[in-house]
Amino acid sequence: MSTERNERRPQGAVSAKASTADVFRAWRAHNKLVAGDSLRRLLRAPLASVMTWVVIGIALALPAGLYVLLGNVQQLSRGWDGAPQISLFLHQHVDEEEGRNLSRRLGSDRELAGVDYLSRDDALREFRDLSGFGDVLQQLDSNPLPAVIVARPRQTLVLTAEQTEKLRARLATMPEVEFAQLDLEWVQRLYAMMALGRRIVASVALLLCIGVLMVIGNTIRLAIESRRDEIVVVKLVGGTDAFVRRPFLYTGVWYGLGGGVVATMIVGLGMMVLQEPVAQLAGLYNSQYRLMGLSFGDMGNLWLGSAMLGWLGAWLAVARHLGDIEPQ
Amino acid sequence: MIQFDNVSKRYDTGFEALKRVSFTIEHNEMVFLTGHSGAGKSTLLKLIMLMERPSAGRVIIDGDDLQVISRRHIPQLRRKIGVVFQNHQLLFDRSVYDNVALPLIIAGHAPREIGRRVRAALDKVGLLDKEKHNPIQLSGGQQQRVGIARAVVNKPDILLADEPTGNLDPELSAEIMRLFYQFNQVGVTVLIATHDLQLIARLNNRMLTLRDGQLLTPRSDFTTSTFSSEDGADDNLLDSGIRDSLFGAGRSDDNGVADVD
Repeated sequence: MSTERNERRPQGAVSAKASTADVFRAWRAHNKLVAGDSLRRLLRAPLASVMTWVVIGIALALPAGLYVLLGNVQQLSRGWDGAPQISLFLHQHVDEEEGRNLSRRLGSDRELAGVDYLSRDDALREFRDLSGFGDVLQQLDSNPLPAVIVARPRQTLVLTAEQTEKLRARLATMPEVEFAQLDLEWVQRLYAMMALGRRIVASVALLLCIGVLMVIGNTIRLAIESRRDEIVVVKLVGGTDAFVRRPFLYTGVWYGLGGGVVATMIVGLGMMVLQEPVAQLAGLYNSQYRLMGLSFGDMGNLWLGSAMLGWLGAWLAVARHLGDIEPQ
Repeated sequence: MIQFDNVSKRYDTGFEALKRVSFTIEHNEMVFLTGHSGAGKSTLLKLIMLMERPSAGRVIIDGDDLQVISRRHIPQLRRKIGVVFQNHQLLFDRSVYDNVALPLIIAGHAPREIGRRVRAALDKVGLLDKEKHNPIQLSGGQQQRVGIARAVVNKPDILLADEPTGNLDPELSAEIMRLFYQFNQVGVTVLIATHDLQLIARLNNRMLTLRDGQLLTPRSDFTTSTFSSEDGADDNLLDSGIRDSLFGAGRSDDNGVADVD
């Protein structure tokens, strides 16, 4: 530098180039600066920002809420999954001793892991406790319920529905058994319904995410319009597209993230509202079941996803509109 | 440094702003571009900045044929060129300091370096005490000087000015012109578009005159009136003032802007 300075004759100012390390440091510093600045801009117009956040939050809360609901149903059914039972309803004329004999015989069946005998009185008691129809039953002269043997197939046999079905058919042919029912069926139906539910949640989520993209894109479009002068000047003094884009991408991320936080709050609020009725309902079923809200992992995913949605929405708006703004 | 080779520009409306314009501006030259309004001065500057592309012909800046510069590389070109606009193009949502710092932030300079250079540039245009002001609080002449500080803060090879004295009284105009001379003195190629013929008539600089998109006076080998200290330009209007500020005592070498480093 000093040698250059010694040459006093005019020789053209060497335009100032920044070193690569400087450029990277400056890039990082600028990202930080822009991230902070774009957040401050949002907070400077709190009403408009909060409204946008709430709109995005509501849109995200719906799929997030459905997801939580689905998770709860899944949790509720976890007790049954993979362990099918075959209920053997015995003929009315089969008395208790015959029933217990049959139960013992079945206990040593090599295809069965275990059996439980439920006498007609047991069945009546259980029904009365669980169904809430106790008063009605009291009015009856005789017990209408059959004795039941609950048989659990060996785990090795729980491979296919076919095998289980074959076992059920064999047990159904025994003379004492009036009717054999595979309890797995309704679990399977539940699972099928839940698969359907998941698909519905995914569709709703997809639609609403597109909606969120549009909301953010439109909001960013307005932001771009309001900073038109700045964009022109930045482009004139050599700002790259990335430089011009940066504040808007961060704005999008803040909108998305804020919306995600609002969505979390809405879902949390919904959980609080539902907690008591669910506990009451569970109580009626002799269950201690408690609603599960969003886990920390879910929350993290929701926020990350919403921030990414915001970024993407901003990208779309920027790609669409920034090219239109050129110095004239 | 700036070479136009049979450049024509026809806008979509059919208006032909430039017709087969050819000229060369050498390194470290200071040239005035004149002509009535609508003669094509602004279009010519826009072609240099790649704000427009020529319909025909070639523009070569510092050895680079602008024809082959893709949209992606335009920022690199613009960083070599400082521009002063008639309407200043300052941002009123930030301070004078932040306005001037913008080209350096964009180019990715270290914060300390930015501070040093911005203050040097503001010192050069005599507005160091206004760095925290908003440009809107400044007079027209002061705003123009902020614009000049921003144009030179990144030490560009080329300084373009579009009617830089357009709205200023003669005294302020002379002051602005004096600044341009100082930058030219330290090696910046300067091209000033102006219709202020009174001001430049008394200066000993080469003039490019446009009329209806055609270049009147010069040929490309016309370089005799390049301003330099050997030119014997002692009798021109601004000379004593320029000499005072350039060679007089008291100017720190470290002011950054006009340094040849």
